[in-house]
Amino acid sequence: METPLIQFQNVTKRFGDRTVLEHINLEIFEGQITTIIGLSGSGKSVLLKHIIGLIKPDEGTILLRGQPLNTMKKKEMVASRAKISYMFQSNALFDSMNVYENIALPLRETTNLDGKEIDRRVMARVEQADLGDAIHKYPSELSGGMQKRVALARALVTDPQIVLFDEPTTGQDPVRKNAILGMIAQYQKKFGFTAILVSHEIPDVYFISNRILALYDRTIVFQGTPEEFEDFDHPFKTEVIHSLEGLQKELTGLHSSRQFKLRYRGQLSGGAIGETYAVMVFTLEELDTVATRLGHEAAQEAIRSLGVYLGKHFGAIGGFSTRHGINEYVTVLPASDLAEAEGILRGFIKEFQLQEQGILDIWAAAQRRSDSDECVALTMLAGLAQGQPGQEIESVIELAKHQQKVISRVRCITRGEDR
Amino acid sequence: MLLTQPFALLGRTAISWVNHLGASTVFFYLAFMRIFRPKQLPKIVEQIYYIGARSTLIIMLVSLFTGMVLGLQSYHALVKFGAQGSLGTLVALSLVRELGPVLAAIMITARAGSAITAEIGIQRISEQIDALDTMRIDPIRYLISPRIAAAIISFPLLTTLFDLIGIIGGYISGVLLLGVNAGTYLYRVQASLDLKDVTDGFIKTVVFAVIVSTVCCYQGYFAHMRSDSHGAQSVGLATTSAVVLSCVLILVTDYVVTSLLI
Repeated sequence: METPLIQFQNVTKRFGDRTVLEHINLEIFEGQITTIIGLSGSGKSVLLKHIIGLIKPDEGTILLRGQPLNTMKKKEMVASRAKISYMFQSNALFDSMNVYENIALPLRETTNLDGKEIDRRVMARVEQADLGDAIHKYPSELSGGMQKRVALARALVTDPQIVLFDEPTTGQDPVRKNAILGMIAQYQKKFGFTAILVSHEIPDVYFISNRILALYDRTIVFQGTPEEFEDFDHPFKTEVIHSLEGLQKELTGLHSSRQFKLRYRGQLSGGAIGETYAVMVFTLEELDTVATRLGHEAAQEAIRSLGVYLGKHFGAIGGFSTRHGINEYVTVLPASDLAEAEGILRGFIKEFQLQEQGILDIWAAAQRRSDSDECVALTMLAGLAQGQPGQEIESVIELAKHQQKVISRVRCITRGEDR
Repeated sequence: MLLTQPFALLGRTAISWVNHLGASTVFFYLAFMRIFRPKQLPKIVEQIYYIGARSTLIIMLVSLFTGMVLGLQSYHALVKFGAQGSLGTLVALSLVRELGPVLAAIMITARAGSAITAEIGIQRISEQIDALDTMRIDPIRYLISPRIAAAIISFPLLTTLFDLIGIIGGYISGVLLLGVNAGTYLYRVQASLDLKDVTDGFIKTVVFAVIVSTVCCYQGYFAHMRSDSHGAQSVGLATTSAVVLSCVLILVTDYVVTSLLI
């Protein structure tokens, strides 16, 4: 069995008479994105600060690669800390330093690299975080999203193996929230670090997380994959998840992944009605290119616009949709056979392709979130499959994905052009 | 219960004071030992600019009027005994031994000490100090040591400037405005001051530098641990405490050091 990268064994922390963490047992594995979710003030940040040693436990042991932190020699401790970076909820940028100086600080103070090498590394991160125009600006002159990017660039400039993110999306609008989560996922893939997030962004974090840890009533009540969390039955879900999902549906008209599955099971797969149904999968291709050229916010705005488009169109005829992946939506049409569903999809495609307005709307939404004039291409795919009562939704989705065809494409357009 | 309460309060206050005294001594020791680490010189020079160079104008202004009022008051006291020729002696000794070190230290506390506490306090409550910790940058080495070193260098220089401008202030009021003989004034200044007066003054300034920089840095660094307030309010109260405590300690240690040096 794989040795966990980080392991908490019966960790308890008290502040005065108040117990914040009680008998915490958890495991975090290397190379994964692990998200800690919980109510505000439940001790998530305290838990995270234990990992980097800002807070010491009153009881219990924290192990790093199987070795207890409290028995490590000072040298070993310094060496292990060198591999960990921390991104604060408040960003904790030095307001008397500009962006460049903030990112360069850990290299200047903890390494013996010469000025040229420091400059090279800092500028590489500046470019990756799309901060080229802001390097001489001070944190107070930047937007919240840009400050987050500076904090992220500073956290990554030392090439850490573990990065801790303390509520990285706090105070951001829905598009920026997803843009930051997308950026974390993209960087994690690119650099291969282990990411540990504290977040409230349910269910958005599910799309990027390999593992979920749920902190409730001072202890960890769940640890496992997002899929396993769907089936987790605990008061935590009633208090936290349901209220957040209700709000999300009200705001977007889309179902959360969990609500989607519940409705699917209740209405379709049980076979009580005994009717066939249709599943459509819509994919927005080349979203990574959009993120690279126009920024993560533009990419998230594009995928959000598609969601709104699908929600409006299929919601009106009794379908229900959910986001299924970073660039993918699934729509279910109950009580529809394949022929009927094909007709509905053709109608949708016709409307979507009408003077390419659908995809142009999505492109325009992305452009509004970007200052770049770069030319981008967007491709929309759609696929359809028929589901039978009792069939698992994932297998029907896979079938629909295999049937996907290009339904609309914008090859290269720049700002100011009509198409 | 009612009888014991005042004693309990007194005991708690005394224990708290002893705790803070011990903690600030350790704090100073740790910061002082980190002055000599690599990469510190640019930060020390930068702090000398903030604490020293930028205090120059206020020190010159205060010292000029201190010297002038000293010359004015002393002239009217000495003239009663026909000893106005000793004005230079009185102004020079008062300034170099006492007024220079004490007033310069109080003025630097008001201008730079308060800024140090506020800056470090804000860095503490906005998690910038925690961020240094997570980046493996020792916050005491990075933030505190340069300020203590800069204070130890700047205080004697600013006190020297204070003494010099103060003597010129005495010359303006005594010689130019009240008619004391210029040659007598300057001769008395030169003849009455010996090396011990100057070195005693410097010893005091170094002691004041250590006290002011340690108190101001300590108050800011631990602003988040104040039991009487939180957040921005704690930074405000820490700044007030730093200035008041520094001024009181300057006057108390002035007496102690003077009695040891005489």
